[in-house]
Amino acid sequence: MTGDPNAFHIALALVLNLDAALFDIVGLSLRVSLTAVTLAALIGLPMGAALVLWAFPGRGGVIVLLNALMGLPPVVAGLGVYLLLSRAGPLGQFGLLFTPSAMVVAQMLLILPIIAALTRQQVEELHGEYRDQLQSLGVSRLRMMPTLLWDARFGLITVLLAGFGRASAEVGAVMIVGGNIEGVTRVMTTAIVLETSKGNLPLALGLGLVLLGLVTLINAGAYLVGEFARRRLG
Amino acid sequence: MNQPCPLPTTARDIAPLALVSVSVEHRGQRLLSDLTLRIEGCQRTVVMGPNGAGKSLLMRLAHGLLAPSSGSVAWLGATPRQAMVFQRPVLLRRSALDNLTYALAVKGTPRHRRRGLALAALDHFGLANLAKRPARVLSGGEQQRLALARAWLLEPEVLFLDEPTSALDPAAIKAVEEAVIDFHRRGTRIVMTSHDLHQARRLADDVVLLNAGRLIEHTAAKTFFQAPRTAEARAFLKGERVW
Repeated sequence: MTGDPNAFHIALALVLNLDAALFDIVGLSLRVSLTAVTLAALIGLPMGAALVLWAFPGRGGVIVLLNALMGLPPVVAGLGVYLLLSRAGPLGQFGLLFTPSAMVVAQMLLILPIIAALTRQQVEELHGEYRDQLQSLGVSRLRMMPTLLWDARFGLITVLLAGFGRASAEVGAVMIVGGNIEGVTRVMTTAIVLETSKGNLPLALGLGLVLLGLVTLINAGAYLVGEFARRRLG
Repeated sequence: MNQPCPLPTTARDIAPLALVSVSVEHRGQRLLSDLTLRIEGCQRTVVMGPNGAGKSLLMRLAHGLLAPSSGSVAWLGATPRQAMVFQRPVLLRRSALDNLTYALAVKGTPRHRRRGLALAALDHFGLANLAKRPARVLSGGEQQRLALARAWLLEPEVLFLDEPTSALDPAAIKAVEEAVIDFHRRGTRIVMTSHDLHQARRLADDVVLLNAGRLIEHTAAKTFFQAPRTAEARAFLKGERVW
């Protein structure tokens, strides 16, 4: 580390010196958040589409609940998972608390409502356009699901990014269920909290800049893919 | 009025479609009232009438996309294979070729035959060099031809077309009309809406005239254009709006 306690310098030095501890933290952050997004997408995408395609009593209630849960405070999601996974909890015997798996579960719960609710909006719009034609072709509802999800793919990339952004930026849930254990469950956000409370503000800020840079890179990549496909496919 | 199908392959009769006292209401407004109509044989029926007469509604009812508020819509016999071409073609956000193979997949065509059939249909409708092009960036006329190619692959016994040419230029209109004649030659019953009198003269064997949700007249095209039975039909033919 340089003698200059400037956050930008520290961020730059961390990256340029290929700081091993930093790479562990960044790697774990990405692994946890990307796994959480993948799992939430596997459940949330079909769930959002199903909410459009199937009418059942209480559907309105489910939609309102999902929309409300988009604003679920991360600490509350973390607390819920903590209670489930703690030794005395119903899933305590698996010993998952304070492991990256617990962090994945907590982040997944946090972003599942976001992905499901936003997917429903995207698919509903497309369904309005496609309904008559698909029905005319004799497409079953079960088959409409992958058709609509695939044709809404550009919009859904943004939905997944929103989920990833939320997962990678939150600190409350991973702090509670992960415990910020060095080398095991320490991620970018919990490291920033720790350094801040230790008074090492330049390092905290440096880590923050690295986090921001990473998220920007991933968003830029997704944006380029989306734009390229949009231009090619109309 | 009841012509036999021209081709021996489809010599078996296509079930007649019978609408009996059909009404459609939406938010207390009657959009179609007490419509009784029978469409049979292998002819080309053109449904005419001013905007808001209920032409599109009738097509959606007949094709089964919409249930009537009262009355019944039924095929008197086996439900035939049907396809519908909409005023604004609804194409999937994929290539022209993939739009066709999708329809074949839904129809249950074995995977290894889809591509060949789809390419042949593209060729038939003059779209062979656009196979890889995304369907949504094609011109309006090309999109409508692609929609016709998709219907062609479904080998419908009854083809519904809802104002298929209303947004197209003359060359594209001609292509669509030729396609309609093609379908008919293959033994497909045609039911289409149009508000273009010239088009109806060119294509219709049979005319249904609607106005304000009511059936005004259902006669053979010859009779309709030469000696319409009702005053409304006479006025419609002269381009007057007496109602």
